Amino acid sequence: MKSSRSNSQSVLTPFRVAALCGVLATALAAPSIAQEKVLRIAMTAADVPRTLGQPDQGFEGNRFTGIPMYDSLTQWDLSSYDNASVLLPALATSWEVNPNDKTKWIFKLRNDVKFHDGSPFNADAVVWNVQKVLDQKSPQFDASQVGVTASRMPTLRSARKIDDFTVELTSSEPDAFLPINLTNLFMASPTQWQAKLKAVPASVTDPAERAKQAWIAFASDASGTGPFKMDRFVPRERVEMVKNPNYWDPKRMAQVDRVIAIPMPEANARTAALLSGQVDWIEAPSPDAIPQIESRGFKLYSNPQPHVWPWQLSFAEGSPWLDKRVRHAANLCIDREGLKTLLGGQMGIPKGTVPPGHPWWGNPSFDIRYDPEAAKKLMAEAGYTAAKPMKTKVQISASGSGQMQPLPMNEFVQQSLKNCNFDIEFDVIEWNTLFTNWRKGAKDPSANGATATNVSFAAMDPFFAMVRFGSTKAYPPVSNNWGYFGNEEFDKLIANARTSFDGKERDAALAKLHARIVEEAPFIWIAHDTGPRAMSPKVKGVVQPKSWFIDIAPMSIE
Amino acid sequence: MLNFLVRRIVYTIPIMLGVALVCFGLVHIAPGDPLVSILPPDASVQLQEQLMELYGFNRSLPEQFLSWVYRAMHGDLGTSIATGRPVTEEVMKAVGNTLRLAWVATVIGFVFGCLFGFVAGYFQNSWIDKLASATSVLGVSVPHYWLGMVLVIIFSSTLMWLPPSGAGEGGSDIWIWNWAHVKFLILPAVTMSVIPMGIIARTVRALVAEILSQEFIVGLRAKGMTDLGIFLHVVKNAAPTALAVMGLQLGYLLGGSILIETVFSWPGTGFLLNSAIFQRDLPLLQGTILVLATFFVALNLLVDVMQTLLDPRIARG
Repeated sequence: MKSSRSNSQSVLTPFRVAALCGVLATALAAPSIAQEKVLRIAMTAADVPRTLGQPDQGFEGNRFTGIPMYDSLTQWDLSSYDNASVLLPALATSWEVNPNDKTKWIFKLRNDVKFHDGSPFNADAVVWNVQKVLDQKSPQFDASQVGVTASRMPTLRSARKIDDFTVELTSSEPDAFLPINLTNLFMASPTQWQAKLKAVPASVTDPAERAKQAWIAFASDASGTGPFKMDRFVPRERVEMVKNPNYWDPKRMAQVDRVIAIPMPEANARTAALLSGQVDWIEAPSPDAIPQIESRGFKLYSNPQPHVWPWQLSFAEGSPWLDKRVRHAANLCIDREGLKTLLGGQMGIPKGTVPPGHPWWGNPSFDIRYDPEAAKKLMAEAGYTAAKPMKTKVQISASGSGQMQPLPMNEFVQQSLKNCNFDIEFDVIEWNTLFTNWRKGAKDPSANGATATNVSFAAMDPFFAMVRFGSTKAYPPVSNNWGYFGNEEFDKLIANARTSFDGKERDAALAKLHARIVEEAPFIWIAHDTGPRAMSPKVKGVVQPKSWFIDIAPMSIE
Repeated sequence: MLNFLVRRIVYTIPIMLGVALVCFGLVHIAPGDPLVSILPPDASVQLQEQLMELYGFNRSLPEQFLSWVYRAMHGDLGTSIATGRPVTEEVMKAVGNTLRLAWVATVIGFVFGCLFGFVAGYFQNSWIDKLASATSVLGVSVPHYWLGMVLVIIFSSTLMWLPPSGAGEGGSDIWIWNWAHVKFLILPAVTMSVIPMGIIARTVRALVAEILSQEFIVGLRAKGMTDLGIFLHVVKNAAPTALAVMGLQLGYLLGGSILIETVFSWPGTGFLLNSAIFQRDLPLLQGTILVLATFFVALNLLVDVMQTLLDPRIARG
């Protein structure tokens, strides 16, 4: 008996029980450990945005192959639905302008970051990445990355290493916007690129061709510092990224194991892919499909973006928009709530280029609202009545990136304006042509007699939101001041903003500029896009910020 | 025969040069900036000029054309502006995917086209004939991108039986002929097959009707042959023409379909062309059109040679 008891005790010792429980728990948990958490996304792009560090395909590229795989020196805060997306440190911990020479900036870098290939991120890497797009003599210079990068940081000229974790950036003129522009320069791994360069066959002797081939190879086996690492790339079909467990920012540590991004340019195909369970997330569902998507239990996310869908007005000689009363009348005459209903609610109602509450808002004295009576009164004062309406032509496109639903939206605006004695004729042209004409200006024959153009734009950065539309230095063909708006007052406001190096001072100067732009109304502000996207209810932790971008890292999937 | 062959091959040289010229000219006549896919409109004039020079777009059009033709003759169709990848590689991969889709669509179209055609022809003027004829007319008439969307709504969105788009869970690079991949092929292939199916069905129906009215059929009946036996004779007589029609349809399908491949995100030549057009990627657009045109010229050459082999009088003519 004793012996038997002794035996049973030896079989069921606390240690063994605990071990057994552990084995059972592991066995039960095994399926969840084995099951990889995969987030599948259908993008609107017709091809996978470039993966080599400087994505193409507009901001969709930054959203899906830029921000997830790479970091920049500065980044946008994408953590809030309600607050404006503001600038944060990223690979740079701090920065300041040289008080004696305001074309030079000192950036202090993080010292705990490694690229996906294990090589360290440091000042050499920053210099190398600046050179890849700005220094034609550097071996890693890549013409194909220049356009999408240099245009978004127009004043950056060079970079110089001060020490391992300090770098000096030089701009062509004092420019307080430079830290904002740097969100567009993603840091690719020099070590990985060198490895790809070495692997180029020796038979290729032309250095430019060798560099090109190295970049092609790098794009298929990319290395950045972001929360996701590239795992698989099938051109035109998919890019697969896996979690980077060594990511430097614990707040942005990836919560899913794998992200698969698939190009799916056709809106109905994207909707079908979501409804059939082929993907968990689709970008830009067509407004007609939204009720069906929601009725099937999928979640719709949207938030007004820093995007403006306007009519940009001409100030060239003879333009009817030279009269400020007419410009104000047009802004007061559009039933934006009605337009929003037409778009199934997927539209933000603008009060200016940026919304109230934004650091650059500035509280303008002109209130953009729907007030047809006030609009008619202004039109009458300007000499336009029902018997003698203001006749003019507007160039629009039938489609285009960021253009939302240009035909029905423009027709709606045309009808709205008709009630206030505007007689609008459309010149509908192909999107790329409209885009190209934007640089040629209202005085160019390509305007074909139009006194307004309908090209939507991103308004994340002060240069792209305001400066290029208000500076006399941005008249065509230099930049996009299509309508030749601007004068000494605006040039001064812009110069003031550009040379306010303290963040708060800069925002205050930009707020003054914004307020004056709204008051002078060089645009008819019609809509903000809301960036609608539909997701499976299995996707959790989604925060759609007031931005063109969205952070995939904190999202999880059940 | 050898002379004929050499002559026909020599004839293809001016044809190919003409094709290259038309394709280059049309692409460059289209309005817009050739660098639009990599250069935002807010880029400075200096940057625009710098890139025009780096990509060689600042050279005269004849100079650009000659340089492109020279490189194309060496198998180099240039580099895609938008992706930086070699155009030849992109086009060849797409051609492979389109071939896969076209073959399956042709088989479906041929099998069902012949079935409907034979049945309709054999039971002429009966309700079966009317049903089969209506189906074939529908196949020829229905806009196939619309049919594609309807099939997606039924079989993907509603029943969730088949995936609506793509070329396999892992992409077309790792294509295997198993269910996991073939299920991606079914909807685009069925959609693509309706036109050849309709054409083959109508051709076969007419053929069968004509064969059935011939004297040898009466003779066979008089000899007491069974309906099945007669049917087999009809099939044997109609087959060469049906095969010839199928060959033509295969050629047509191999050109790819922009609409179907876009609806189903099938990474073939049609999808590639669509992407190149929307990104205004001139080297990719020129390269894809040139490869497809070369393919048709080669196909025509092959047909000419085969016809000559079968009927030597053509060579003498």
